[in-house]
Amino acid sequence: MPTVSMTVNGKTVSGEVEGRTLLSQFLREGLSLTGTHIGCDTAQCGACTVHVDGVAVKSCNMLALEADGAEVRTIEGMANPDGSLGVIQAAFQEHHGLQCGFCTPGMVMAAADLLAANSAPSEAEIRAHLDGNICRCTGYHNIVKSIQAAAAQLG
Amino acid sequence: MYDFEFVKPSTVADAVAALADEDAMALGGGQTLIPTMKQRLASPSKLVSLAGIADLQGVTTGGGSVSVGGATTHATVAAEAGAYPALAALAGDIGDPAVRNRGTIGGSVANNDPSADYPAAALASGATIRTDRREIAADDFFQGMFETALEDGEIITAVDFPIPEAANYQKFKQPASRFALVGVMVAKYPDGVRVAVTGASENGVFRWKEAETALTKDFRTDALMDLDINPLNMISDLHGTGEYRAHLVKVLTKRAVATC
Repeated sequence: MPTVSMTVNGKTVSGEVEGRTLLSQFLREGLSLTGTHIGCDTAQCGACTVHVDGVAVKSCNMLALEADGAEVRTIEGMANPDGSLGVIQAAFQEHHGLQCGFCTPGMVMAAADLLAANSAPSEAEIRAHLDGNICRCTGYHNIVKSIQAAAAQLG
Repeated sequence: MYDFEFVKPSTVADAVAALADEDAMALGGGQTLIPTMKQRLASPSKLVSLAGIADLQGVTTGGGSVSVGGATTHATVAAEAGAYPALAALAGDIGDPAVRNRGTIGGSVANNDPSADYPAAALASGATIRTDRREIAADDFFQGMFETALEDGEIITAVDFPIPEAANYQKFKQPASRFALVGVMVAKYPDGVRVAVTGASENGVFRWKEAETALTKDFRTDALMDLDINPLNMISDLHGTGEYRAHLVKVLTKRAVATC
């Protein structure tokens, strides 16, 4: 079986995979990083969003071997080094940006992707950037508020 | 998804050689191919990723055209095709942000999905599709739903878009898939106006030549007043009837002209 190596949340990891092993599957089953959720498995819902080489991708729609040599960041890499919640995560908690929480890892990764490129997004820009992340609980209002609050805090 | 061998060559020549195997397929960003393989609608024995080939990456502008490398992502085109603003805007509205970070122009054009955006841009711009072995005019390239002039194992190395005087793309999105229910690209060149329609026809992307003639004479929405498009060969499904799509073609063409 082919071997894949990548950096995940700052740590070098490697493992044996099949050609068809998805990045989401490698993260969850190979590395036990189950914070990355698989919702639709059709690249519609965005629950599996992670960063690959600094940009958001849907990890259920990318092969693990395509990420060979890449820098990957997952929701587990969003907390502070002491384990406390990162700014975006804390903003989601503070502003009730989640109910069931299933979509939240993808929402946080999408938000971080947006804020890395645009430190002061408008509400419309936030909503446009969440086009590929579906939430069935919140109606999005509090997610948008959470991201606005995180943007203000991160400056 | 059935298993397969995965290779990631670093040159076009190596990719062409790898694709010579029976049942090998080229992989762009995988935003269509991977879901298709999950459904077992495609089961290649080997996937040849084009993402490691530096020659296929990036946007270059010069000589009155924008050239986009075949493995360039939609996000990169949106950010770097500023010399052709309507093209950059079209790329920036494909799918969603995460899809745009993976999906490539070569993949989109080679797949020729009847509702994809890039085929409309290529056809309306009179683009040239360059491959590892030849150059193909967009007018000859798109040959019906999911059909193109590409031979087995032929790789799109770049798509060259002549920069128009004015252009606009209007998309009426199917909200679940984010594909175009209908999309219309209008591009005005010194030698005439071109109008390309995606999402509407059973035969895939096409040029609305009556509208082109009318708009070349008089580039105003009023020039389209008396034109209608035949709904006979339009896609009819649960999202909209052929008549509805035909109506949208005219409405979106007018909007595109008005926005140019």
